[in-house]
Amino acid sequence: MVSLKASGKLFKSCLLTAGAVALFALPAQAIEKQLTVVTSFPKDLTTAFKTAFEKANPGVKVEMLKKKTTAGVKYIQETASNNSADLFWASAPDAFEVLKGDGLLQKYEVKATGIPDIIGSYPINDPDGFYKGFAGAGYGIMWNTRYLKAKKIPAPAEWSDLTKAVYHGHTGMSAPSRSGTTHLTVETILQGEGWDNGWKMMKEIAGNFHTVTERSFGVPDGVNSGQFGVGIVIDFFGLSSMGSGFPVEFVYPTVTTLVPANIGMVKSAPHPEAAAAFIEFLLSQEGQEMLFNPKIRRLPVRPEIYAKAPKDFPNPFTDSSIGAAVKFNVIKSKDRYNLVNAMFDVMITYRLDDLREATKAVQEAEKAQAGKNNEKAVAMIAEARALIAALPIDEAKSMDKEFAAIFKKKRKKATDKVTGRQAEVEQQWDAVVKGNYAKAKSLAKKAASL
Amino acid sequence: MQRSRNAYIVATFLAFFLLVFLVVPVFKVIYVAFQDSATGALTLVNFIDFFKTSLFQESFFNSLYVAGMSVLLASLFALPLAYFTSRFNFGGTLLIQTLGIVPLIMPPFVGAVAMQLLFGSNGSVNLLLDDWFGFTIPFMEGLNGVILVEGIHYFPFILINLSAALANIDRSVEEAAQNLGSSGFRLFRRIVFPLAMPGYLAGASLVFLKAFDDLGTPLLLNVNNMLAPQAYLRISSIGISDPMGYVISVILVVFSLLSLWAAALATKGKDYTTAGKGTGGLLKRDMRSFEKAGAYAVIILLLILVLSPHIGLALLSFGTIWSYAVLPDGFTTAHYMEVFNTSGEFITNTMFYAGIAALFDVAFGTAIAYVVLRTDVIGRKWLDYVGTGAIAVPGVVLGIGYLRTFNDFNVPFIDKPLASWWVIIIIALAVRRLPYALRACTAALQQVSISLEEASENLGANKATTVRKIVVPLMAGGMVAGFVTSFATAAVELSATLMLVTSESDAPLAYGIYVYMQSAAGRGPGAALGIVAVVVVALGTYLAHHFIERNKKMQISTPGK
Repeated sequence: MVSLKASGKLFKSCLLTAGAVALFALPAQAIEKQLTVVTSFPKDLTTAFKTAFEKANPGVKVEMLKKKTTAGVKYIQETASNNSADLFWASAPDAFEVLKGDGLLQKYEVKATGIPDIIGSYPINDPDGFYKGFAGAGYGIMWNTRYLKAKKIPAPAEWSDLTKAVYHGHTGMSAPSRSGTTHLTVETILQGEGWDNGWKMMKEIAGNFHTVTERSFGVPDGVNSGQFGVGIVIDFFGLSSMGSGFPVEFVYPTVTTLVPANIGMVKSAPHPEAAAAFIEFLLSQEGQEMLFNPKIRRLPVRPEIYAKAPKDFPNPFTDSSIGAAVKFNVIKSKDRYNLVNAMFDVMITYRLDDLREATKAVQEAEKAQAGKNNEKAVAMIAEARALIAALPIDEAKSMDKEFAAIFKKKRKKATDKVTGRQAEVEQQWDAVVKGNYAKAKSLAKKAASL
Repeated sequence: MQRSRNAYIVATFLAFFLLVFLVVPVFKVIYVAFQDSATGALTLVNFIDFFKTSLFQESFFNSLYVAGMSVLLASLFALPLAYFTSRFNFGGTLLIQTLGIVPLIMPPFVGAVAMQLLFGSNGSVNLLLDDWFGFTIPFMEGLNGVILVEGIHYFPFILINLSAALANIDRSVEEAAQNLGSSGFRLFRRIVFPLAMPGYLAGASLVFLKAFDDLGTPLLLNVNNMLAPQAYLRISSIGISDPMGYVISVILVVFSLLSLWAAALATKGKDYTTAGKGTGGLLKRDMRSFEKAGAYAVIILLLILVLSPHIGLALLSFGTIWSYAVLPDGFTTAHYMEVFNTSGEFITNTMFYAGIAALFDVAFGTAIAYVVLRTDVIGRKWLDYVGTGAIAVPGVVLGIGYLRTFNDFNVPFIDKPLASWWVIIIIALAVRRLPYALRACTAALQQVSISLEEASENLGANKATTVRKIVVPLMAGGMVAGFVTSFATAAVELSATLMLVTSESDAPLAYGIYVYMQSAAGRGPGAALGIVAVVVVALGTYLAHHFIERNKKMQISTPGK
């Protein structure tokens, strides 16, 4: 259906592109008087840029159309045949990948110079030229100082800290299937620690979860309210919460990836010149400097801007501890994208109660056996831990293209064949995982009573 | 012959509307549920997967359990309030009828934050409990949390519909029972309540359906193991086209229709109509002073409980920083200043959209109820089923369906796709909230005796005149109930709206709240905007009630009526 429409519109979009090219030759002042930006960014950020851009280009009216990333992607997909959006402006690179894959973005060559190729170890711009990074963001841990003080919990510094029993029931995170940036955190841990160890650590962290939130903003929201004490969040959520006066703090663990937040021009954008001007503005000295605003707090992609940064502002271009520990493999991440999400949901999101109970039982058994040197109990606890950590598939399988295709299932052509159904596979995993958690729990209980 | 031809014209128009704005767009999205993901052929294999998957089985029973218990809890809230206001003369009636609607107006996101700040595991109540007694109560954990919130949120459905039905009962029936020696609670239980049954059932079935299909509450409590969140999580993930999300949507719709059908069976073959009208409803008596004190105590307690989310919301909107504390650190009016400076357009848009949508819902609800109950149009029941089935369609599905169906349809004269014209938002709101008005209007019509219409026609009035002059005035109570529920809930709808908004100047309040609630600094202004929504809708409700009461009094005081 989509392809039918696309071919019908090919001619029109060719015309538009030709028109756009012709218009580019004109002086920069002659941009269109309107600009529609579909964005998932908060008001604090969009309003600041809208105002500044309108001031720099008198007479241009910017419409910031705010939609959740998922809704924004769907919106651009569904309205492609009659497109009215000029720019898509959001964090998650994967959302741009989806749009790019559907042929809904158009290439744009940035005129601004002085922007490096990578931030941390992640390429700033799409190598194919369809979208540009304008700010870096890295994952880390934020916590509510009042909460930790009242419950006498130490502040965490590394991912591994969050596996400790003292954090049981006090941490929160979003699910990778819900938020592209959360996905990158999980993938970073998997690549940084290795597939088996990474998942083991992820599940040990998740065993302490208070909750898995439905949207990524649910995590800073929960920490700010004191609903739970510690949250795994993207830096600007932590930094802007601090900037807004909440009693919270934020830290980057050693294993983290800096990911660019992006902007891309929508295919057959009705106002391509205004769109181009906006991208240039965003990447200019002036635009980059605005990212330091306490309510915005994102990492500029221009290294020289950091000279004007507020005190204690992290600088990924000089501080090599941020985001450099992991050589992030983008292709690997992309190939198993949906598979990793499905695994996380089956093992953690949907079985959180079972996982939590098993983890609690293990932690209690360890406490009961501490200093006792009971070999049998130690062996049982180790077995219980192994059961919790056990995975339904190994890394080789996760990289098996045919297997991963079950989770993509976006048939481009009627002749594309996929064997197996996601629901079928998930049900098999679920049965294994649920059984393991139950077994681990009863083993740990037995070990505790030895 | 003339009669039935007109009926067919009306029915065809209704069917056409539902087909174009509900069935087709929804089907355009959910057809993948019937598609083999490997070959694209038609298949039911996805449904077999559903029933074989333990997670989905569990989700199904959880949803069923939550829906049933929510009806129970909502009845516990609604029955005393309805009883007191309809049986006794006392000052609080209008207050209860107005405040009783407020829980329905739960602004997206901020309502959830406020609930967590009050009742969450580290909310005000639990912090105090922990301080004083050293224990906490997990109000907001798991399925019980969902039941509590659904009960509080949706009990107005029962209160409003039951009150409307009680007000519609013929006083002479009650007097007859009293003459025969029945009184007090026995009279209520044996005579009054059974006669009000259509209203109660209309409300209870809405609570059941809503709790069964509701997405917002489980999401706010991060409960995933229920059907609606399972559908939503699978539909709204980026780049995934897992058919299970749509399979669950189909199952939600089918199950909702089944439960509706079951509710219809329960009232089948029973006659709820009362022929005497215009007598001003039930006999009300004054309470003795100790009774009054007791009644007020019960009512105030209930109102505090059901309004607690809004109390929390008010605190949030005036608070500076509120974090892990019983109350905010300080108070300010800055959030309201910000909102009033920037959001005037949101408010007027909301009133306009929700108002038109609700009017439209009442008109359609009345028309469908009339066609279903009073004509012999073939297949008329399907109008009712399809119209009510809208309740089970997730907002995202409807939103995507509209984009998919109407994006290539340019509206004449304005030359813009229908999908990006603001009118589409009104249509989406009307379709999503039609079930509320439809159930209320059906219940109201069930109480109107057909003999009154026959009398009117015998006296020479034609069908249209009879409907206009006899049926509609007698249904007025139910129609207002339908308007109020549709209006209040449409005013805070977000999921379909978020898909369809194409420019900020066309956006309603809920969108404004969403925008604020994307950042840490936006929590206060978001809450302030939420309070504005609540106040404006409550004011609208109060005026509607006031208007009705005044009309009623005028009718009663006019001799010969």
